[in-house]
Amino acid sequence: MKPIIEARNLTKRFTNINAVEDLSFCIRPGDVYGFLGENGAGKSTTMRMLLGLIHPTSGSVYINDTLFNNNNRQLLTHIGAIIERPDLYLYLSGWDNLRFFANLSGKHIPGKRLTEVLDIVGLTGREKDKVKAYSQGMKQRLGIAIAMVHDPSLLILDEPTNGLDPQGIAEMRQLIISLSKDHGKTILISSHLLYEIEQVATRMLIIHKGKKMAEGTVAELLDPSRTITEIAYAEADRIVPAIQQSAWAGYVQSVTASKLLVKMRPTDIPGLNRWLVEQDIQVYQIESKHSLEDYFLSLTTAPHVQA
Amino acid sequence: MFRLELYKIFRRPRTYISFGIILAIALLIQVAMLFDGQTFLGFMLQGVEQFDIQGNVLNGYLITYIILQTLLIHIPLLVALVAGDAIAGEANMGTLRLLLTKPISRPRIILVKFAASVFYSLCLIIWLAIVGLTISLMLFGKGDMINLKSDAFVMILKDDVMWRYTAAFGFAALAMTTVAALSILLSVFADNSIGPIMGTMGIIVVLTIFSTLGLPIFDNIKPYLFTTHMIGWKGFFDDPVPYTAIGRSAGILAGYIVLFIGSAIYFFSKKDIQS
Repeated sequence: MKPIIEARNLTKRFTNINAVEDLSFCIRPGDVYGFLGENGAGKSTTMRMLLGLIHPTSGSVYINDTLFNNNNRQLLTHIGAIIERPDLYLYLSGWDNLRFFANLSGKHIPGKRLTEVLDIVGLTGREKDKVKAYSQGMKQRLGIAIAMVHDPSLLILDEPTNGLDPQGIAEMRQLIISLSKDHGKTILISSHLLYEIEQVATRMLIIHKGKKMAEGTVAELLDPSRTITEIAYAEADRIVPAIQQSAWAGYVQSVTASKLLVKMRPTDIPGLNRWLVEQDIQVYQIESKHSLEDYFLSLTTAPHVQA
Repeated sequence: MFRLELYKIFRRPRTYISFGIILAIALLIQVAMLFDGQTFLGFMLQGVEQFDIQGNVLNGYLITYIILQTLLIHIPLLVALVAGDAIAGEANMGTLRLLLTKPISRPRIILVKFAASVFYSLCLIIWLAIVGLTISLMLFGKGDMINLKSDAFVMILKDDVMWRYTAAFGFAALAMTTVAALSILLSVFADNSIGPIMGTMGIIVVLTIFSTLGLPIFDNIKPYLFTTHMIGWKGFFDDPVPYTAIGRSAGILAGYIVLFIGSAIYFFSKKDIQS
């Protein structure tokens, strides 16, 4: 399958630093492609280069196998994007903002389509209000309506949950999943929060200080042997020496009278649970921790070897 | 896109402040002249008492000329308020990012914004013509117009005035277009509109000083400054009208417009959008 967008050896050098260095990746139809990195890792700079907002120092961007540059900006009809905040014309209504950007999309957009996208993002009934009266979540949703009004095949969403309250984050997550599953959109979504990306992405790219650290499906990046499991049980002082003398000792990360942390494959957990019950320990809770988070931290906090 | 740009400009309350300012200043001058015009006229004609000037000297044409002289110094600021905001204001609001993710070329964005700023400037000039000329003629009536210069005065018959005003307003529109082009250029480099607005005014004030100060040191650069040529409209009230000088001034202003807009397109196309 041909990629919708492809970055080839993108590098952006600002005065003293390489914001992005030799970054290559491609996004294929149907992907929800997570772009992960801490603040300042180079995510926004990369997305801006994909859209022609920032000129790469070297490297190139291909959209539908065609080299993208200032002379063929019509390729952007295939893309809808929100970069950082969805800043809009506050003195215009939501409808006027949507109509304004729809008219710039390079396609004829009928009024019916505007109504349709407002419905998809859940803004029906508020479209006549001025945008200055919108909450941050409503602005984000209007931004997504603007990005998708011309029915692009790829949506580029830069940190779309930034500034939202927990309910807004959950709604945004649902919207992104719906855009992918129900509306067939390919999505590039960035975040510095692994949890957010993990919830929606089918593939992801992790960058650190402008360099690619890892790329793959969530399952590929999630090494089962790295799973940390936390087991909470009734207070029992004898557990500490007992487990240290058992066959499970090699898996133990830490152990206290009330809590045990082990690093093992999920398939081994029932065996450990059975052993605890045989020791007459009352187990209250078994919880797997996100091993991907550890992986992400190991990539972005330790000295690195490129994946 | 041009229509959309105009829609944005005329949906903003600040746009109408300029029209209000022009109306206020014109009315202020007209009311002051209504009550104290004869004193002003006496002061103005002090050097030419030997001539017997009769008829309605304090007429609408003269008042309009006074208003034009006063307001054409301030109108560049009003033009810069909108043109200086064209790119920098979008950058400040954050909408420039969204605008540039659309399939529109950067040169086209500059040209459309310039065209919209010119349209707004033309509206200001037309408004100035309406409130200056129409109201003055209503209040003071028609009459032969006296154009008093430093070393002479020109008497223009009342039937010979209107075409001169039409031409003068047309030239003023060209001068304001030059100001709009300068503001657009400065707007490309800024992320908020205060810089380009103040920058435009600063450049015009400094260059106007160079253009008008009678010091020999500035004589060599005067002919090349656009501010020297912005007051070319006054030529239409001379007798005979110096068409060659007016044409040269218009040509130089047009050259500056091409230079400013060409530079704006060049630098905007090269710019990394980080706002």
